[in-house]
Amino acid sequence: MSDFLATLSHTGIAKQLGLPTVPVLRRHRPGDPLLAGPVLVASPGAADGRFAKAVAALVEENGQPALAEAGEEKLHGIVVDLSGARTLADLAAAQQLLTPAVRRLRPSGRLLLIGAEPADAFATGGAEAAAVAQALDGLVRSVAKELRAGATANLLVVAEDAAPVAIDSSVRFFLSARSAYVDGQVVHVAAPIGVLPEPAEVDDPRGEERPLAGRVAVVTGAARGIGAAIADTLARDGATIVAVDVPAAGQLLAETANRTGGTALQLDITAADAADRLLGHLAERHDGVDLVVHNAGITRDKLLANMTADRWDAVLAVNLGAQLAINDALLADGSPLREAGRVVCVSSQSGIAGNRGQTNYAASKAGVIGMVRALAPRFAERGATINAVAPGFIETDMTATMPLATREGGRRINSLRQGGLPVDVAETIGWFGRAESGGLNGQVVRVCGQSMLGA
Amino acid sequence: MPASTRRAAVIGGNRIPFARANRAYAGASNLDMLTTTLDGLVARFGLAGERLGEVVAGAVLKHSRDFNLTREAVLGSRLSPATAAYDVQQACGTGLEATIAVANKIALGQIESGVAGGVDTASDAPIALNDDLRRVLVKLNAARTPLERLKLVGQLRPGQIVPEIPKNSEPRTGLSMGEHAARTALEWGIGRTEQDELTVRSHRNLAAAYERGFFDDLLTPYLKLTRDDNLRADSSLEKLAKLKPVFGKGPDATMTAGNSTPLTDGAALVLLGSDEWAAEHRLPVLAHVVDAETSGVDYVHGNDGLLTAPVFAVPRLLERNGLSLQDFDRYEIHEAFASVVLVQRKAWEDARFCKERLGRDTPLGPIDDDRLNVAGSSLAAGHPFAATGGRIVATLAKLLRERADAEGRDQRGLISICAAGGQGVVAILEATA
Repeated sequence: MSDFLATLSHTGIAKQLGLPTVPVLRRHRPGDPLLAGPVLVASPGAADGRFAKAVAALVEENGQPALAEAGEEKLHGIVVDLSGARTLADLAAAQQLLTPAVRRLRPSGRLLLIGAEPADAFATGGAEAAAVAQALDGLVRSVAKELRAGATANLLVVAEDAAPVAIDSSVRFFLSARSAYVDGQVVHVAAPIGVLPEPAEVDDPRGEERPLAGRVAVVTGAARGIGAAIADTLARDGATIVAVDVPAAGQLLAETANRTGGTALQLDITAADAADRLLGHLAERHDGVDLVVHNAGITRDKLLANMTADRWDAVLAVNLGAQLAINDALLADGSPLREAGRVVCVSSQSGIAGNRGQTNYAASKAGVIGMVRALAPRFAERGATINAVAPGFIETDMTATMPLATREGGRRINSLRQGGLPVDVAETIGWFGRAESGGLNGQVVRVCGQSMLGA
Repeated sequence: MPASTRRAAVIGGNRIPFARANRAYAGASNLDMLTTTLDGLVARFGLAGERLGEVVAGAVLKHSRDFNLTREAVLGSRLSPATAAYDVQQACGTGLEATIAVANKIALGQIESGVAGGVDTASDAPIALNDDLRRVLVKLNAARTPLERLKLVGQLRPGQIVPEIPKNSEPRTGLSMGEHAARTALEWGIGRTEQDELTVRSHRNLAAAYERGFFDDLLTPYLKLTRDDNLRADSSLEKLAKLKPVFGKGPDATMTAGNSTPLTDGAALVLLGSDEWAAEHRLPVLAHVVDAETSGVDYVHGNDGLLTAPVFAVPRLLERNGLSLQDFDRYEIHEAFASVVLVQRKAWEDARFCKERLGRDTPLGPIDDDRLNVAGSSLAAGHPFAATGGRIVATLAKLLRERADAEGRDQRGLISICAAGGQGVVAILEATA
């Protein structure tokens, strides 16, 4: 079911009728430049941010000027480095900088704040510094709701011991069109785990087109919907795809595999030997695996009062049990997970906000978040990371069959006033999947256009 | 030219579930099914855009427009269009004969990789024009003047509307395959119960293979079918005993719709390659094609049954390879009819037959039940004529690989497929531990 209001907006009719308009989100296409205009990069106040210089360099490498203050030009983005902000005066300086600047943001513009971990700030600047660090959280979530025309605002909270290179892949993601539907998110970046690629490689513009080149990626549930988009997007970015789905979905799975130039593995991930078969396949057909995307999921909706054991068990087995078993195997001795390995689990807004009729589904998806946080230190020991994405309202065959009112509600109650696309989830997974994203571990990032549900 | 030959490796296979005629695949053509099956194979082994040595396949029931069926399937698939292809047709032996053809080119070093198999549809069967009508239309097409055309139009008759429908019968005897098999079963004294027992075993073995996920990497669902729709996991002697005989006559008739294969639609393919090619592509070697033999019998004027040619092909193959019939860990004998399998076994155990017809001092001897068609065969899966060979080669290769890995020693398997026209194709596969 197409988004009727979006169609009205894009043809200009909605505006004439006085209806709320739905912005067109800029999305990444191969060959598009990272930046569509100048970027304001500043570290205001007495604060001496340690990232502004590197970010300015990144902007200039990508062919756009890094401006120190807002002028008359329309801005692609604004990056404010507040990693050194310790006082209310620093915070006020940020406001002085931001107020004129946000007015100059282009459609699908990007506001990215960089802050310190409150605990780190407390250690050097006391309670006021911790408060200022935490204040950015409220600032970014509010400005995200105010921005228009598809512009987004997000916050990177960076640990004291993380060098500027640790945030490079995250800055690229949040400035780019790849993060179209990620809005109002707070992401914590630590000192990177494992080996980071040489900065020269990071800056290589050709590498930026295919940031996953040479990496082997497993995608479960790849036959259709979000899983198929993940496979397509990771393949576009250079990854070799191992597409996994239940044998019954084999016909569509084969299409995904052939479209991406990858391979199809028909496997019921809830089978007792599923992890052995998957890892055995990876060892036999590849030298190992770099990226495992736990995407496979099912729904068996019923009110709890009417829930049956088989509906409960089926959802928990696919959405959580299988992920636990495969992660165990990935952590075991002799695992094919390579250095700079990345595991990305697909959670859901339902797991954060809850959803009527989805006790089983929401429990499984909240469980995924618990698992990711618990396993993050264990994957770190192997030089790998594990993170989660939590999609909000994403336009798929599943949402197309929702009742009209539910669907319309789902689409509009977010800051971007529209549903996301499967590719938005996929792009976020691609960001976590990069070798350069070793500073991200145990994170849960929502791909929801800053939905009001569970926020 | 290469100095010596090598053994071609069976790397894997892909088939679609087999469907009883006029059901799930009623709207699918041979080209649809073969192309989809090829794409499933490409996806399983990551061959998108790859140029293979060749693809060899065929169909028994074939429209005249499908003269280049296999090449058309390649062009419609994700393989590189630089991959050559040709069609073969040897009735039910098509799939195995195609496998032998590809394996032999690999053995000679002429190609490094190839795909072999077949497809058949009894639903989308080629119905041809009445021969009388066709002759008039051919002349009409060649006619030069309006008068000539008018004369020819005058030759058209209402009776010419009756089309030529392909029949499952032998042109030289007018008997259906089932009638032929019924005669042979009677000659050899094959009983109803033993046929039904073999049928039950086929269904149970196939169902168990599905249950343990054996076909997860041998099959790709098609048109919402995820398993062969002829499979009856709950098949039993009691149920089969209720069926009335459909071939043969009188109290001695034993062949029913249960212990005979139904008309079926489907396709199956096998990926073959040299060991080097497999290693370069990081693909597994399930087994190797060791040797093969094809034979014919004179069922028209002589005493041999239409479907008994494998009885003669197997001893020749064994002798050439210095093997006895008991030197195999697995046997795949195509179950065109339960009686066909039982006749082959009985003939090889019969001292007089082996002496008189095979010229042997001792009979070939028995085959162990537990080694025969252990993942089910055509009685349960169905039998789309040209597809059966590919199904059997891939199934046997995987069975041998599993056992070789589990037992830590080499495994050998024998394939026997009977075909219309009084022919039989047999082959030996081996898996090294």
